[in-house]
Amino acid sequence: MTEPVLLRNVDMPDGHLLATYEAGGGYQALAKAVHEHTPDEIIDLVKKSNLRGRGGAGFPTGMKWSFVPKRAGKPKYLCCNADEGEPGTFKDRIIMERDPHQLIEGMAISGYAIGAETAYVYIRGEYALAIRRLEQALAEAHAKGYLGKRILGSDFNFTVHIHCGAGAYICGEETAMLDALEGKRAQPRLKPPFPAVEGLYASPTVINNVETLACVPHIVARGPDWFRGIGPDKSPGPKLYCLSGQVRKPGLYELPMGIPLRELVEDHAGGPLPGRKIKAVIPGGVSAPLIPERGLDVGMDFDSLAAAGSMLGSAGVIVIDDSTCMVKVATRIIEFFHHESCGKCTPCREGLNWVVKVLRRVEAGQGGPGDLEQLEALCKGIFGNTFCALGDGAAMGLRAALTHFEHEFVAHIEERRCPFH
Amino acid sequence: MREKIEVAAARYPDQRSAIMPALLIAQKEHGHLPGPVLEEVADILGVERIWVYELATFYTLFRIEPVGVFHLQLCDNVSCMLRGSEDLLRHLEAVLGIKKDGTTLDGLFTLSTVECLGACEMAPVMQVGDDYHGGLDIARIDALLERLRAMTGQAIGADPATTTPPGE
Ligand SMILES: Cc1cc2nc3c(=O)[nH]c(=O)nc-3n(C[C@H](O)[C@H](O)[C@H](O)COP(=O)(O)O)c2cc1C
Ligand code: SF4
Ligand code: FES
Repeated sequence: MTEPVLLRNVDMPDGHLLATYEAGGGYQALAKAVHEHTPDEIIDLVKKSNLRGRGGAGFPTGMKWSFVPKRAGKPKYLCCNADEGEPGTFKDRIIMERDPHQLIEGMAISGYAIGAETAYVYIRGEYALAIRRLEQALAEAHAKGYLGKRILGSDFNFTVHIHCGAGAYICGEETAMLDALEGKRAQPRLKPPFPAVEGLYASPTVINNVETLACVPHIVARGPDWFRGIGPDKSPGPKLYCLSGQVRKPGLYELPMGIPLRELVEDHAGGPLPGRKIKAVIPGGVSAPLIPERGLDVGMDFDSLAAAGSMLGSAGVIVIDDSTCMVKVATRIIEFFHHESCGKCTPCREGLNWVVKVLRRVEAGQGGPGDLEQLEALCKGIFGNTFCALGDGAAMGLRAALTHFEHEFVAHIEERRCPFH
Repeated sequence: MREKIEVAAARYPDQRSAIMPALLIAQKEHGHLPGPVLEEVADILGVERIWVYELATFYTLFRIEPVGVFHLQLCDNVSCMLRGSEDLLRHLEAVLGIKKDGTTLDGLFTLSTVECLGACEMAPVMQVGDDYHGGLDIARIDALLERLRAMTGQAIGADPATTTPPGE
């Protein structure tokens, strides 16, 4: 795969305009979907493509859609997760800023497949430019009959509304997002019932990430076999990787799923900064456990990273070099999770508070002999005992830092200072 | 404000869903969200006041207290930290003569740190109003502060009485 798929319009000066999108064959997949396929056939195509959710968990998209009851007697909703709060991640912002029609076409086809007439894009409020571009694109799509009543002469009606978030990382968790959309404080809900059966306003709801939805028009246009032919069969497709941190060429890269992390960082992103060496890489946003340099040959797909003890998550790849103190990185990450804990369950709310205190003390050179055991015990108390994945992510990340960089923690305690200062 | 809020509310089957968009509209108009504005939002939507208070205090983008004309929101999450955001924070504190979360005496600048802005490819990043400023270093921060001051046509240390924060 040399020719970009998801990013093909992104570097064009007017990539965000309908005319550019149409000139590249845009909205032909929507026409094909509504004229040549039944909704069930679209679900089948997506199932056959093996598309897995790009929001973090990698759940099979077609399977998720098939859980929506056919006859619900209630309206069905599609929600696009554009909250993008996972530190290290910026792919959805770039799609919405520079090629918003790709997302809108994906949403229209997905809405058709699941039988939804109304959709909401939950977009983080900081993304002012993306919000403006998406508003403009929605207006263009309406005017051209790609959205609205009787789309392209079919029986399908579909409207997309923008809902701007107002901060709080937890809103990215899909059931918390539903609470936020309903005008409540965002806190994760108990599952089951799953959103596909009882979601927004207790109606069947599908929640998908921006990049997941952006894949859909290409699957319809080029077929599931084409999609499955890119990268590993069980975790295929073109993929967006967000490169940041201590690397020469930070930026957004589109490459096949499964590309080795080392190739991504060293060849595509130019490797470490001059005179430095890579020490570790966080492969999927700060919720993903870090991988030490010797582990960089792992493939960037859901299954390979899980087998290596980490996860693909949001594909926010953060490069850390040998000039950086890992205790400091771990502390900053746990401070983030502590700040964003919604407070619903005790292991996360109180446990992370405690972890932050111990980490800050160790980082400042004031740690004591029992502190590392204390941190291990806290991770054990948090992991597997929290209501949502936020707490688990925090505990797994800290554990990886403690396992691979124990010597740095020990040095802080023994030397009573940060060896990097 | 009422008209804009009513347009937003029409997007939802339930008025409660419109509280978040209504608060964003109100904050754009007033700069921050004091009690009377929250009550007005509740009245326009016909929802419980407690529902409105609850959201205004839960979500981090809502401000109950006024901020300076320019709200400098420096990202200090990992990718920005790895590219030097801590030095930038120290520099901003020194040149503005305030600590994080403080506002300059002339009411021009409020300085905060924020979690990842979703623009780590241009780390270190700072948001001011709607705009992202990336690839920052000390020289660029200084130039940015100059531009912002020029926009209001006055320098630091001017008479606070002549500077009007939005909505005051
Ligand atoms: C704490 C937390 C934060 C999350 N943040 C996001 C996010 O910002 N964007 C996103 O798409 N998914 C996020 N997710 C994953 C969603 O819950 C959900 O799995 C996803 O939106 C489903 O879409 P997909 O199947 O297309 O990936 C988050 C999950 C958790 C537990
Ligand atoms: S794990 Fe944390 S964020 Fe998730 S429900 Fe519990 S307190 Fe809230
Ligand atoms: S960490 Fe600063 S923008 Fe992402």
